[in-house]
Amino acid sequence: MSLDKATVTHIAHLARIEVEDAQLETMVGELNNILSWIEQLNEVDTDGVAPLASVTGHAQPLRADAVGDGAYPDRVLANAPDRAMDFYSVPKVVE
Amino acid sequence: MSDLLSLDLAAARDALAKREVSSTELADAYLQAMEASEHLNCYVTTTADKAREMAGAADARLATGDALPLDGIPLGIKDLFCTQGVPTTAGSHILDGFRPEYESTVTSNLWRDGAVMLGKLNMDEFAMGSANVTSYYGPVESPWKRQDGGNSRLVPGGSSGGSASAVAARLAVAATGTDTGGSIRQPAAFTGITGIKPTYGRCSRWGIVAFASSLDQAGPMTKDVRDAAIMLTSMCGHDPKDSTSADLAVPDFEAALTGDIKGKTIGIPKEYRMEGTPAEIEKLWSDGADMLRDAGAKVVDISLPHTKYALPAYYVIAPAEASSNLARYDGVRFGHRASLEAGDGITEMYEKTRAEGFGHEVQRRVMVGTYVLSAGFYDAYYNRARRVRALIKRDFDQVFADGVDAILTPATPSAAFGLGEMTDADPIQMYLNDVFTVTVNLAGLPGISVPTGLDSQGLPLGLQLIGRPWEEGDLLNIAYRLEQSVGFVAKPSKWW
Repeated sequence: MSLDKATVTHIAHLARIEVEDAQLETMVGELNNILSWIEQLNEVDTDGVAPLASVTGHAQPLRADAVGDGAYPDRVLANAPDRAMDFYSVPKVVE
Repeated sequence: MSDLLSLDLAAARDALAKREVSSTELADAYLQAMEASEHLNCYVTTTADKAREMAGAADARLATGDALPLDGIPLGIKDLFCTQGVPTTAGSHILDGFRPEYESTVTSNLWRDGAVMLGKLNMDEFAMGSANVTSYYGPVESPWKRQDGGNSRLVPGGSSGGSASAVAARLAVAATGTDTGGSIRQPAAFTGITGIKPTYGRCSRWGIVAFASSLDQAGPMTKDVRDAAIMLTSMCGHDPKDSTSADLAVPDFEAALTGDIKGKTIGIPKEYRMEGTPAEIEKLWSDGADMLRDAGAKVVDISLPHTKYALPAYYVIAPAEASSNLARYDGVRFGHRASLEAGDGITEMYEKTRAEGFGHEVQRRVMVGTYVLSAGFYDAYYNRARRVRALIKRDFDQVFADGVDAILTPATPSAAFGLGEMTDADPIQMYLNDVFTVTVNLAGLPGISVPTGLDSQGLPLGLQLIGRPWEEGDLLNIAYRLEQSVGFVAKPSKWW
């Protein structure tokens, strides 16, 4: 199948990337090329094959549900582009 | 010591232990060479003060005769590893100004063993690329030149292009790299150095900026196989902070280098004979097989039938994981935030920040990943690719079960190309660089690239050996034997 401009605009929005109209055409072409190249996976008989989740087959380790480290807001917030007291500051979300 | 920069890691270690040279002298020699070679653009950040401080501490330990395994060895660190208090960019504009408050486990292990940090190495943005041309900090240039007198600037490969170029140009004794689809092995092959990606789970991923978490592994990029064995021993180890880190003992990989490979079985996969592979690479490959046979190994033809589908499967799985991992770059907690116009809300903040912060290749992959994970397409693309991945892994499992110890293949389908020669190429043409390496990531296996020859233009070419899971020692030993038989000594002539 082939993506159109509206679909690519929708994907861009899902990915939270602003795509300007001027770039849209190029993006549509590139994504369609890549997706049609990927379509060759349909030639493979995968009946009865489970999707691979882990290459090592090792069991997922569990740890105690206990507090590790923390209580250092200055380190957590040290890289914030916009900080207000001990919070990250962002544009207003709720009216 | 006459030429400090020509020492490989093992030789530098011995010279330091015998106090023939101090770590401070070594670090200063590298810092000077780095300053004089800035146009190669290998380093994004130089950490001169830190290097001198770490070298001083190493010298104090060396004076007591109680040296650590890597004491005083100056290393370059790919800028994908978080380094406490030192800018970490991942080659991206979106990490502008980011200074991690923590140190990655792999770099912590290297410092624990006494190594010295020279600086942070340039790379493709978020490790997405095969030529080091997607970095926000500009392309890295290889120190190699073609013999045609044309003076073209060549790419070092990618994504660990800064690491490869720095080791080849003697701007670090060795360097860290990371490999998601070939990002250690392909640039190593392009620049005539050695690079190993260990088994998935050998190196902790904690503190390494994530690209595709089920594929990413760190590894060393070094002047030769022995150096790779020494450095890999320090980098590996179980880490409770990475739930996929293997709780297995790490052997002394250097001790595995006996050069004796009698009785080993080496597989030659017929599916890696691809149309359009240059004759000189075919010859390099068959010569390599002959050398291993002469050393007492048994060379057998094998089949890995799903090889052809590895790249398309990778270009579903890696973008899918990337789109999820890169969701954290939202302009809220670290890095770049776009300036907003009156009335812009949080959605505009996200969308503008990510449009400004991510380069074109990263945007494209995030969008492909978003699409293949979106409702209605998850099964058709993402789950299908993961099923094909299971078949690719099964191909390798069967070959190893049949008694093959390692698999020999070319490392890359060509020698290094010129900066700009691929500018107008379709993105898929660039992706084909990883055709021989990407299967190894999908199957989680260890793979090593060893320089084994020069093409007609005098550019390095490499062969890849693929090993059984967790058998890096055996793999390194076979690579060591190959290296001895080949006797590759070519170095780029200094022009930079």
